[in-house]
Amino acid sequence: MRNSSFNISMGVDWGVVIVYTILVITGIASIFATTYRNEDLLKGFLSFNTDYSRQLLYFFICIILAVFILLTDSKFFTATANIFYIIGIILMLLVFPFHTDIKGTKSIIRLPGFQFQPAELCKLFVNLALAKYLSSLDMDFKKLRSQVLASLFILGPAVLAVLQSETGLALVYLSFFLVMYREGMSSTVLWIGFSLAFLVILTLLLDPDLLAIMLTAMAGILIFILRRQFRRNRSLLFFIIGVWAIFVGIQRFAIPYFFEKVLKPYQVQRIYATVGKDFEVDPELMKEVEIRKMNDKRKAGNYNVKQSKIAIGSGGLFGKGLMQGTQTRYDFVPEQRTDFIFCTIGESYGFLGSIVLLGLYLFLLFRIINIAERQRSTFSRAYAYGVASVFFFHVFVNIGMTIGIVPVIGIPLPFMSFGGTALITYTIMLFILLRLDADRQMILR
Amino acid sequence: MPAIYQSRQNVIRIIIATSFLILAVRLIFLQLGSSRYDLLAMDNAVSKSIIYPERGIIFDRNGKSILENTKTYDLMVQPNLLRGLDTAGICQILGINKQAFHERVIAAIIRNGRYRPTVFEQSLNTETFVKLQENIFRFEPGFFLQERPIRSYPFKAAAHILGYVGEVDSNILRRTNYFYQMGDYMGLSGLERFYEPILMGKRGVRFQVKDNKNRIVGRYEEGKFDSLAKAGRNLRTHIDIDVQVLAERLLKNKLGAIVAIDPQTGGIIAMASGPTYDPNLLTGSLRKNNFSWMLRDTARPLFNRAIKGQYPPGSTIKPMGALIALDEKVITPDFGISCNGAYYGCRRPIKCTHSYAGHAGNLRVALANSCNSYFSHIYRLAIDNPRIPGGADKGYVRWKEYMNSFGMGVKLGVDLPSEDKGMIADTGFYNRLYNNNWSSCTNVFLGIGQGEMTATPLQMANLMCIIANKGYYYTPHFVKDIDGATTADTLLNPYKKRHQVTSIPDTIYRIVQLGMQDVIETGTGRIARINGVSVAGKTGTAENYGIIYGRRQKLDDHSWFVCFAPVENPKIAVAVIVENGGFGATWAGPMAGLIMEQYLKDSLSVTRLKEVERIEQEEIIIPVVKQKRNRLDSLRRERMKRVIMRATAISGNSKDREQQGKISFNHLVAIKSEYEEQFI
Repeated sequence: MRNSSFNISMGVDWGVVIVYTILVITGIASIFATTYRNEDLLKGFLSFNTDYSRQLLYFFICIILAVFILLTDSKFFTATANIFYIIGIILMLLVFPFHTDIKGTKSIIRLPGFQFQPAELCKLFVNLALAKYLSSLDMDFKKLRSQVLASLFILGPAVLAVLQSETGLALVYLSFFLVMYREGMSSTVLWIGFSLAFLVILTLLLDPDLLAIMLTAMAGILIFILRRQFRRNRSLLFFIIGVWAIFVGIQRFAIPYFFEKVLKPYQVQRIYATVGKDFEVDPELMKEVEIRKMNDKRKAGNYNVKQSKIAIGSGGLFGKGLMQGTQTRYDFVPEQRTDFIFCTIGESYGFLGSIVLLGLYLFLLFRIINIAERQRSTFSRAYAYGVASVFFFHVFVNIGMTIGIVPVIGIPLPFMSFGGTALITYTIMLFILLRLDADRQMILR
Repeated sequence: MPAIYQSRQNVIRIIIATSFLILAVRLIFLQLGSSRYDLLAMDNAVSKSIIYPERGIIFDRNGKSILENTKTYDLMVQPNLLRGLDTAGICQILGINKQAFHERVIAAIIRNGRYRPTVFEQSLNTETFVKLQENIFRFEPGFFLQERPIRSYPFKAAAHILGYVGEVDSNILRRTNYFYQMGDYMGLSGLERFYEPILMGKRGVRFQVKDNKNRIVGRYEEGKFDSLAKAGRNLRTHIDIDVQVLAERLLKNKLGAIVAIDPQTGGIIAMASGPTYDPNLLTGSLRKNNFSWMLRDTARPLFNRAIKGQYPPGSTIKPMGALIALDEKVITPDFGISCNGAYYGCRRPIKCTHSYAGHAGNLRVALANSCNSYFSHIYRLAIDNPRIPGGADKGYVRWKEYMNSFGMGVKLGVDLPSEDKGMIADTGFYNRLYNNNWSSCTNVFLGIGQGEMTATPLQMANLMCIIANKGYYYTPHFVKDIDGATTADTLLNPYKKRHQVTSIPDTIYRIVQLGMQDVIETGTGRIARINGVSVAGKTGTAENYGIIYGRRQKLDDHSWFVCFAPVENPKIAVAVIVENGGFGATWAGPMAGLIMEQYLKDSLSVTRLKEVERIEQEEIIIPVVKQKRNRLDSLRRERMKRVIMRATAISGNSKDREQQGKISFNHLVAIKSEYEEQFI
């Protein structure tokens, strides 16, 4: 809603802006704490050679971008959503011929002066396009056709990301199913998702035969209890048997096949490391891991997680103080500026600091959901849920992997991890939301 | 808004909140649950380096240092700095080929990582060290020389007394409750072990912060927890190194032991065990190798016979028998028996060397003539003492008490680890053996030092101290003073206590001494006479048995000699045993004489030095030990030959074959000479 006396701050949710600023500045401070090596401070900050100064530069760029976005008409985003989606896909395809190999990923395009990762940026475009699709006039999201189409919207870039060896980024796209759930997709999908996740965890933890016996016993007990109802409802029996067969099939055949043929040995190792088990790699495959290790510096197995847990665990209640943490100061945790930035918080500020940080993220997410629910237009609401879902997925998985409850997939912590593309993408996502929210009385299509 | 969407927004909120709760709970466990991660973090980032103090030095009674610290050099490598190294050059100096070089570098990386220096070659020999020192600039910074203090023994003597220093093993770590750490050196035997807390000094500790590649990046907490090293304290001993060297010379090629004690203080002047070894062999890089060879030697050079060898004392025990009988008042010095060549008091006659009348007319002549009948008789008198009711059983208990108070059958408490106590059988032993039915006749041989009785040479020397002092002794010990001693040093306290063992008046002691003086003047011990010095002594010829190839056999008698001098003002008491050396006067007697002369006169005359040479050259080792020993020697020679062959084969591959061959040959010759010096 714009008045004649235009004011950029009109209708903007300042709570979100404040939390955003705190997070970015904490991030820069943490990067500073881990990478500062007694160089001249002024020089360090102005040269833009150091990571913290570069992150600061990105932050300035973000502020400028944010102002621009807040000055843009909301209709611009609905109007250009589809075009941007197509541009995003094209960019992701361009990666294949033009990528530079950095740290084993094939997802980065390097241009003179800077480099960026289309897969990261594409989240924004997918979010916009999904919102646009869900808000189309003739949309009835209860129809299976619309749901499948929406899923394809999401899974397209995800598949491209997998092809670029960015499994982590690809998994992020799954979070959009939360948006679809909110917009009317059957809750069965969520249930299936949770059941499958549970089954996978059990498969990792338990002996395959034992799990099969347990599943069979459960099915048997269920059939015994419900035996009277089968007379009336024959299909229920088939349903139970069907679910049992699928579960056992997945547990006995699908998961082992998936681990052996689809995933790379180092990925399997990381997954097993999460549940605290050692995975014995086939010697022949091990060679591949070692070659990988040489190429991409990411160590196989659970070295990262172990070091990261030591760093966080040694923080204790109050932490060791900023720049006092021995683990993060002296590079014990690989990738601690980027994916493992949470270690710095955990070691420097201890449990209290970590909880405050979690609280900030939780506040941000709930605030975004509040914003989403006060929108009049479906586009804004769907978009807001998209933002919430993506942020939630990132925060949970990233922090989860640093403390060893989620397998290591290299995705950054929003607003804090070092990395220009990520910071700019999340900033744009957030400020588009704020722009849309400022116009929440409008119906946008 | 339909209700379903209201509930769905709540479901999403719940999912998010639950996920965050999971993270929070996990953080509680991780950060507040245990201090395990603190320790791991410490281990990761803080390196604790120990600063080793210099060990204390050991001096003899004249202030000569018999154990010092010298420096040896290790060649260190830091693998990450090896780029552009003149590999061929360093290989040539070390006498290894390139393959061996690479293997060692890889081993270093495995042990300590790329970024930390690791020992490439330990304790360089002089030749290599000089070459390396001249050329080290060519190999820097990847290689450098590191100084390391080791023990050295300027007199190459007193190996058994001083002991050796070695790396601690996991056993010691556990036993000392982890006071030591892996890689620490500590005294493992001898004085080095006994006085370890004094010699070692105090270790300093420095905490440093290191990074993920183990590079030191600074001090930890500004050195708040650091501590300084304190050098070990020196020991001043009673040892006379000249006497010690002489004693070791005399025992060359013999099995046996020599102990000399100053009776007035209990200070041990010399303690030698034959065969011995050059203590320098057990320092530096060849320690393990030499140690294992010595361990397998059948002559047991590592075995300190002076405190661990247990021999029947034979006739040398007779003066003690006299003391007991006198103290128990079962005889007077005038007591005599008639002996005509054997003792017939018990069923089997005990033969005596002499048969003429009057050779056991009183205590003094009986002692001078070493009459077996006399001492068997007085032994029985002591056991069957009518004043002790309860028969032989009680009498024997009393006799054993005497023996124990003399230091027989118990550990004397010398300041060396692992002393043995010899044996004086207790009544339970005889009760079991003879089914509670035995008398003073059963073990009458104890009266002449045979039977169920063994003693260490140290104990025998201590007996001489008792007679020399007329009834008391100080526990034999080496260390006189500890530099900078405080009341907290309690190690020396036991050696200041005077042990009074008999209540016999000096006049009667004098008679025993006179009997022993007669041994030297006119009796069997004439060979130990010293011009101008009154010596009292006693020979001994001890029967002994050994188990050879599973059969118990009688071996050649052990040659014993015990003595002290001068009688009026005793300054030295000596016990000598030469295993299987025959009569006491044959080998042990002359040795004891030389030892006393060296100590009392501080030098030996030319004729006496010839005597030393004569004894030195004699080899007295029973055939079976010698056979096995020779076999071991030939085995070792065989192995040396193989090593040489292998070395020449390796150098054959190299381009500059001649040079390489020469170097490895020199290297081997250096090792070989050390091997040959092993047995003195």
